Formats: sequence, C-alpha cells, structure tokens
Amino acid sequence: MMIAGFFENIGHTFLSYLREVGRMVILMIRIVRFSPDIIRNRSLTIGQMMKIGVLSLPLVTVVSMFTGAVASWQAAYQFRGLISLDFLGAAVSAAIFIELSPVLTGLVVAGRVGASIAAELGTMCVTEQIDALESLAIDPVRYLALPRFTAGWITMPLLVIYSNIVAHFGAYLVASFLMDVSTAAFFGSVQRYFLFHNVLSGLVKALVFGGGTALVGCAVGFSTTGGAEGVGKSTIRAFVYSSAFILISDYILATFLF
Amino acid sequence: MIEIEHIEKSFQGKTALRDISLSIPEKQTMVIVGCSGCGKTVLLRSIIGLVKPERGRILVNGRDVTAMRRKELFEIRKQFGMLFQGAALFDSMTVEENIALPLREHTKLNPAQVRQKVSEKLKLVGLSSIGDKKPSELSGGMKKRVGLARALIMDPKYMLFDEPTTGLDPIMSDAINRLILNTQQQLNITSIVVTHDLKSAFTVGNRIAMICEGVVIFSDSVEAFQNSDHPVVRQFIEGRSGPREEK
Ligand SMILES: Nc1ncnc2c1ncn2[C@@H]1O[C@H](COP(=O)(O)OP(=O)(O)OP(=O)(O)O)[C@@H](O)[C@H]1O
Ligand SMILES: [Mg+2]
Repeated sequence: MMIAGFFENIGHTFLSYLREVGRMVILMIRIVRFSPDIIRNRSLTIGQMMKIGVLSLPLVTVVSMFTGAVASWQAAYQFRGLISLDFLGAAVSAAIFIELSPVLTGLVVAGRVGASIAAELGTMCVTEQIDALESLAIDPVRYLALPRFTAGWITMPLLVIYSNIVAHFGAYLVASFLMDVSTAAFFGSVQRYFLFHNVLSGLVKALVFGGGTALVGCAVGFSTTGGAEGVGKSTIRAFVYSSAFILISDYILATFLF
Repeated sequence: MIEIEHIEKSFQGKTALRDISLSIPEKQTMVIVGCSGCGKTVLLRSIIGLVKPERGRILVNGRDVTAMRRKELFEIRKQFGMLFQGAALFDSMTVEENIALPLREHTKLNPAQVRQKVSEKLKLVGLSSIGDKKPSELSGGMKKRVGLARALIMDPKYMLFDEPTTGLDPIMSDAINRLILNTQQQLNITSIVVTHDLKSAFTVGNRIAMICEGVVIFSDSVEAFQNSDHPVVRQFIEGRSGPREEK
C-alpha cells in the first residue's frame, strides 16, 4: 500500500514537471509567433535589457573575479610537478571561455533575473493586471513575455563577454601575485592557445541560457495563482527550473559544440 | 446586443454559474445584483472571454465569444471597456501611462493628442493633477476612478462595470452614477453594471437582474424589481440577514 502510494507520488510529480515543460514550450511557440513585433516593442525590450544588466552586473563582477581567481589557484595546484606554470594562462582561459563564465553568469542571472521576472509577472497575475491587459486587447505574451525573452537572449552574451574579461583579470592577479607567473608568460600563453571557437561556443551557450531563463521566468510568472504566497513559490520555482535548465542544456550543447 | 445563453462555469468542481441566461439590448444599462460570491464577477469576465464557460454561448452582436479564436477575441475586446472590481491598475506605470496605454497600443495619435485625451477622461471622473502619481499612492476610490477613465479611453461600445461605486463617498458615487448615465444617453453605450449599491442600481439601470447562487432569480425592469414580492429580492432590498424564508 505504502509502496504504491510512493510510486503514485513520483508519478504525479513527474507528470506535473511534464506539464510545466509543456507550458514553457507552448509559451515559446507563442512568443516566436509574435517575433515580427520585436521592432514595435523595441523600447520595452531596451528597458528590459537595462534592467537585466543593472540587476546582474554587480553580482556578475564579483562572481567572475573569484571564479577566475579560483580557477587559476586550482589549475596551479594540479599542474605542480607535472606541467610548467607557463601553460597556466592557456588552461584557465579555455575553462573560462567555454564553461566557467557562461555557466556561472547564467546561474547568477537565473537567480536574479529569472526570479525577478517570475515575481513581477506573478504579482501582475494575482492582482488581475494580466486580465486588465487582456481586457484592453493587449496580448500579455507580446507586451510582457516577448520583450523579456528578447532582452534575455541578447543581454546574456554581453554579460558573458564582460564576465570573460573580469575572470581573466582575476586569474591573472592570482597567477602573478601568488604564483610568480610573469604578466608576459600568463598572457602570452593565453594568446598562443586562444581559439575563437571556444569564445563563440561560450557565447552560444550564453544566448541559450539567457533566453531559457527569461522564458522560464515568464512561464512560471504567468501560471501563478494564490496571492502573495503563490508569488513567493513562483519565485523559487523560477530559480530552480532555470538553474536546472542551464545545467542540463549546458551538457547537451557541449555534445553539439565540441 | 449581448445575449447570454445557458452559461455554466465551475472551478475545481465548485459551481460558480449554473444556467445563466440574460439578454442586454443595445443602448441599455443592465444592472446585476446578488449576494457576495454568487458569480457576478465571473459572469462579467466570461463576456470578454477572460473566463471560458463550460457550457452555453455568449453572443455579442450575434457572434459567439466563447467559440472565438484568440485573434477574433482581441478584436471584439476593443469594443469593450471593463472596470475591474479592484481597479487592476498597472502598478509599474503612472496614472497617465495607465490610461494612455490602450491609445499608445491601438492608435497612431501623437503624444500631445494622447495627453489631451487622457486629461479629458481624468476630468470626466473628477480627478486632475494626479497624472504623475503611481497607483500605490492613490486611495481606493481614486484607483477605481482611474480604472474607469482607462476603461473609457477608447470610447467603447460596451462597458462592463464591476462595482463602480464601492468605496466611494456618497457624493462621488452620485457623480459616477451620473457619468454612467451620461455615457449611456450621450454616447449610446450598452452597459452591464454589477453593484451592491441599490441607489446606484435604481439610478443607472434600465433593467435589473438578480443572481443568487449562480442562477438568475429575477430579471425585469427597475420598477418591477422595487415592487417584486419574490422573497429573496425583498430580503435584498430591505437588507435583512437571516435564513431565507423560501426559495
Ligand atoms: N479563478 C477562480 N478560481 C476558483 N474559484 C473562483 C475563481 N473565480 C471565482 N471563483 C469562485 O466563483 C464564485 C463566484 O465568484 P465571483 O467573484 O464571481 O463572485 P461575486 O458575485 O463577484 O462576489 P462579490 O460580490 O463578492 O464580488 C466564488 O465562489 C469564487 O470562490
Ligand atoms: Mg465580484
């Protein structure tokens, strides 16, 4: 009896996740249908890009700086006695471009932006503002979701470019002050092994993560019910789903890009 | 002409509307009264397709709202103005932006013309010089009137008012009643007014319908309502609580 209940619970949970995914796919299709309206929406989109940038920049700075520093420290530890520290720059740089910057920036943005979109749209949902938009013959998907989604996939690669720079700087600081790697050696090795493909793959990931996070935020926000408590739950759900999306799609993209 | 035919709607197995039929002739004002929670708001929301009834039809000028595709629905909504029970103002926008939004989205008016129209409507609802305020800085009654101005901004053919005078002082209530009356007489608007305020109902209504537990129990002229001897209607008019004598 108990075991049956246990499996039933798992089944229900699984089904509810499926439903959630279905909702996101449907929203995605509806957003794409409105894509000709991007031009008409441009001021809304630019507003959202500003918001995403401003929300994320301080945290992205701190996270990138320390990510670079830790990567440098850790690589130096693993290199010790095996590989010359002259290769430190190259190794750290590739990790930053391909994996560290996109994924960690993505998770920061999922926490700040995905959750804030879900909270904002969730509040609009439970206070009938979404219904008010509908009653004024304004489609919430075009007016609210399209600008957020567009801003998400445009802004994220920009943030990752910024994060790349800051992370390299963090890595360089550790290498030069704690590992006695000269500036010339560090950047020389970064440059020698630089692959544009690495940077580009990182930016492709960023684009997918950014769009996905905004999409999750919108879908979760639009399906909010149950007052202020519901908005709180939506915020958490948006963060959990977009983080999971980032990690899973990171793996899938890796198999395609490399 | 709005014809509501045998509408049924339930939420999670709980019936909100059960076989509602009403018809609202062109250029008339239909008042809907009924006890709290009897389904008045759900009925108004069904008319513009915010709620999908499980059964029945809602015909606006002969076209069935419940069977429309989203695109058609948006076209028909442009003919409607809806005042929400809680005003439902956009709290990220100023009062002026709230009222101007439909103009910005659906017309090609220039900013000066938009501002002109907005201040016109604000004056109509007895407000001025609050255009730059955010909804959170307004009183409940002010929000209601801003919501009313927003609903009227596109000069709709049909107006749906959800408790337009709730939370207003008697003088302002009277002003809003007059406004509803004027819109009907001068602009030939067809309206549905949901209200608990009988004075308002008798002032603005051509006909009154009473809903009780999801069913229409009375629908006739204002005079007939006042003289009705239906027990629930009498109880409502006299404002008595306690068990209903019969049903
Ligand atoms: N979205 C919803 N989900 C679940 N139940 C709902 C929903 N909307 C309305 N209901 C239920 O439908 C019934 C009718 O609600 P409605 O808001 O239409 O009442 P009302 O007549 O407008 O009341 P009031 O005069 O207090 O505004 C209520 O029992 C309410 O609980
Ligand atoms: Mg109501």
